[in-house]
This record gives sequence, structure tokens and C-alpha cells, in this order.
Amino acid sequence: MTEFLLTPFTEFAFMRRALAGCLALALGATPVGVFLLLRRMSLMGDAMSHAILPGAALGYLAFGLSLGAMTVGGIVAGLVVVLAAGLVTRASILKEDASLAAFYLLSLAAGVMIVSLRGRNLDLLHVLFGSVLALDDASLLLIASIASVTVVCLAILFRPLVMECFDPAFLRGVSRWSPVAHYGFLMLVVINLVSGFHALGTLMAVGIMILPSAAARLWAKGLPLLLLLAVLFAFGSGVAGLLLSFHADVPAGPAIVLMCGVVYFVSLLAAPGGLLAGRLPVRHHLES
Amino acid sequence: MDLALPPMIRLDNLTLGYDRHPAVHHLSGEIPAGALVAVVGPNGAGKSTLLKGIAGELRPIGGRIVMPALPAGGVAYMPQRGEIDHSFPVSVFEVVAMGLWHEIGAFGGLSRAQRQRVREALSAVGLSGFESRPIGSLSGGQLQRARFARLILQDAPLILLDEPFAAIDSRTVDDLVALILGWHAEGRTILTVVHDLEQVRRHFPTALLLSREPVAFGPTAQVLTPELLARARRLSEAFDEHAPECHIENVAVLPLPAAPAHDHGHGEGHGHAPAHAAHDHRHSS
Repeated sequence: MTEFLLTPFTEFAFMRRALAGCLALALGATPVGVFLLLRRMSLMGDAMSHAILPGAALGYLAFGLSLGAMTVGGIVAGLVVVLAAGLVTRASILKEDASLAAFYLLSLAAGVMIVSLRGRNLDLLHVLFGSVLALDDASLLLIASIASVTVVCLAILFRPLVMECFDPAFLRGVSRWSPVAHYGFLMLVVINLVSGFHALGTLMAVGIMILPSAAARLWAKGLPLLLLLAVLFAFGSGVAGLLLSFHADVPAGPAIVLMCGVVYFVSLLAAPGGLLAGRLPVRHHLES
Repeated sequence: MDLALPPMIRLDNLTLGYDRHPAVHHLSGEIPAGALVAVVGPNGAGKSTLLKGIAGELRPIGGRIVMPALPAGGVAYMPQRGEIDHSFPVSVFEVVAMGLWHEIGAFGGLSRAQRQRVREALSAVGLSGFESRPIGSLSGGQLQRARFARLILQDAPLILLDEPFAAIDSRTVDDLVALILGWHAEGRTILTVVHDLEQVRRHFPTALLLSREPVAFGPTAQVLTPELLARARRLSEAFDEHAPECHIENVAVLPLPAAPAHDHGHGEGHGHAPAHAAHDHRHSS
């Protein structure tokens, strides 16, 4: 059993790197995912992950498979879409989802167009599906740095962000933090999606943000426990996914996200907020 | 007779509205510090809009709101339909403690004394023992009590309440009115949108009757008369999509409850003449 669980990590350096990458993603991207979930922006994370594609593709087009160029490109494209959508939301009658949908669709179309300009698309599979089993030093450093920045920023933004989620009108009334919390949070979403696409690819990066958060929400009533559980679920799924990928010889990115899915479905069945809890025989009610 | 204190709010030919259509039209007047004002009028009369404007959430499309004596962050505004997300995992204690923002800001921790004040605010609204309950588990009345507890901690000199008693049972209303009267006794300035005229007559010394146009402002008994109320109902009508531009420059000045008795608001009406609400005495506060 220990051989099954430990040997892949003790024997192979690439598995250890992948494990470190998963830990960083769980610590950075998953808490951001918790707030995406609580702000009812889960699908917005998905939209954003498409929005960063043209930036990454442009970086790839100009500099080849360069970590720096694709990262900078992705972050710039993501921020442009976020800021443009935010500006339209605040200054026009369109709601956030509509303006974001408009900009991310344009961004995605531009991305596909850019990709098609270059015939050799094979390397771009790396962008779309990630390469958690082939993280080099630079990528690992990038993912770890983004995770660290995220943790620090979340600590600074925590109170305004909670209030912005819970009662934005009140926060606007008592302080000027509302736009700081809003845009600061969106920037965290962007950099974490970019960090996620190096490991899991643009299409899978949202998985490790949202699925563990949704599973944890089914269990936890308070925010601290919710964040803790989500991080644990994400890291656990990462480890399980890597092992599955190693032993069954399947791609690691989808394996990790599918493991997140297993946690989600188990929670859906077993957790107090899940499907079964409301359908079990009614226990004797309390006095008050 | 002259007040030593500057007025808390001076409305200077104020017009507030949406898409150039006025919802509050050429409103002028002064609300003295320490006043407890019920803002009354039919639906669509601009009551919520006025509060939004004073709270700074809505930019005037004409005129000005001047609040010379108000320190920064001195307004506590409770909108009618808050944007509160009831499913968010926070406890009642945490929600009420948000009222201490002006003391602790984004990073400060709660001291022992501040925790005690949060508990006292909760007990003042009758929510002792609810500290660790999730906010989503509260009933409508309990949630309103929690919002009032948060207002207590905000400790603001100017309090704006938009229909705080909507869909609240009578016992809760009584408790909340008692809180408002307590704030009034402490010398805070309070504007409250209320629909129940009986309540206004019983508890509020001053009333502002709006119907897009200002109708009357003064001691409640002289504002809530059948004639003025009927006038308010007549005035309140739907927007005309093709209304011509309004070119009224000069405005009717609403008489003040505390103003000296030489001004009868005459000679300035341009179809906006205010009712001659009496203004010869000031209620005790």
C-alpha cells in the first residue's frame, strides 16, 4: 500500500514537482475559487479562463513556447477583459455577466483566430491541457510565487472582500474599499487562472478552483472552515489525481479534476447541505 | 430664535432623478441638526430617491445637497432592499460587528471592549443569544433587528432609514421605533421613510410630505392634513416620456420647523408653491 502511495513520489522527481505544483494551486487558486463560488461567479471563472487564451496564444506566436511570454500575455489579456467588463458594468446599464460574456467571447474568438494563424498547433495542446507532469523549475517557481502573492493579497483584502460579497451597498456606504476589493479580487482570479493553465491547462484550471469549493460549501457553515476544507479537498484531489495518472497512465490534468469531481459527488451525497440530507426520514424535531 | 447650530442638511433647489426625469423636483429647505423627520408620500414620490441622494449614492441632476456640519463618514444609510446575500456564510455577530468599520477599518481586530459593545448592541435589539447563528437562518424581523444593531454601532450623527418597517410585525416595529426615539434623544438627525401615517403621527415630530414636488415640511400635525395628503396624491403621476425640459430657475423654499416666523414662503412659487405649513415652534428634542 505504501509502495502504491509513496513510491511514485519518492522515486520520481517529476512527481514531486507535480505534487508541489498541486500544493501551490490548492493554497492559492482554491481560496480564490471559494470566493468565486460565494459571489455566484463560478461560471465567470470559466469565462475568464477563455479570456486569457488569446494573450497566451499571442505570447506563443511571438516568442514560441516561452513561459514568460505566455504568462505575461495571459495576464494582460485577462486584465484587459476584466477591466473593460468592469468599466462597462459600472458605467452602463448592462449587468456584469452580460458585459463579461461580450468581452470574453470576443477574446476567445480573437484567440482562436491567432492560433489558426500558425499551422503547428501541437504545442498549444500544452496551453489547453497543461503539463503538470512536466513542470520545470521556472514554471514551478511561477506557480509558487502566484500562490504566495494570492495568499498575501487575500489576507489583506479579506474583510473588505467578505463585506463586498455579503453586503456591497453597506461597504460602499462606509468606505472606499468596494472597488479595491472588487478589482483586486478579479486580478487574483486572473493570475490564478494563468498559474492554473501552466499546470492543468486553460480548460481545466477552473476545475481545481470551483469543484473543491462547491464540495466544501456543502459541509461548512462558516467561512474559515469552508476555506480550510476547500484547500484540503483540492490538495487531496491533486494527490489522488497524480497517483491515478501515474498508475493508470492517464493524463494528469483531467485526472486531478476528475478526482475533484469525485469529492464533489461524495459530498453531494453525504454532506449536510447535499442531496440526501433533505430526503432522509425526519428526525424528531427539537424543542426550540 | 436663531439657531446656534448650522442646519444638518441644506437642500438647495435639489432635483434628483433618473434619465433626466426628476423623481425629486426642486426641493429646497433645511433640516436642523437633531430633527426626527418622517418622509411620507405616495409610492413613486421620490422618498427613497431623496435618501439615496443625501447618502451620496445618487448624483443630483440639479441643485445641491450641503451638509456643512457633517464629519466624513457621518451618514449611516439603510436602504430598503439591501443587497444582502442571505446565503453567505457569516454569523450574526460578524454582521453586526461590521458596524464598527469606522473604528477598526479593514485590518483592525476587535478589542475586548468592542466585542462587548457588539453584544450590547445585539441585546439592545433583542437578539442576545443569536451571536453565532448564520445570518441566513434569521427571520425577516430578526434580520431587520440585526441591521439596526449594526446601525447602533455605526454611531453616525445622521441616520437615513428607507422603509425600515416594511413587512415587519408590530412588536418588532415597536422595538425599532423605541430605538429610533432613543437616537433622537441622543441628538442624532434621523430621516425615515414611513408609510403608516398613524405611526408618523404618534412618534415623529416632523414630517416631510413629498410627491415628486415638495408638498409640505413642518410639524407633523400640520403636514398630515387631509388637504395636503390629497394634494400629494394628485401630484403623484407617471413620468411623461416626452415631458418638455423644465426651465424653472427660482424655487419655492419650504418653511422650516425651526425658522423664525417672518418668512411665509410667499412670492416665490412657480407652480411649486409649498403648503403653508406652520413653523412657529420647535418640538422638544
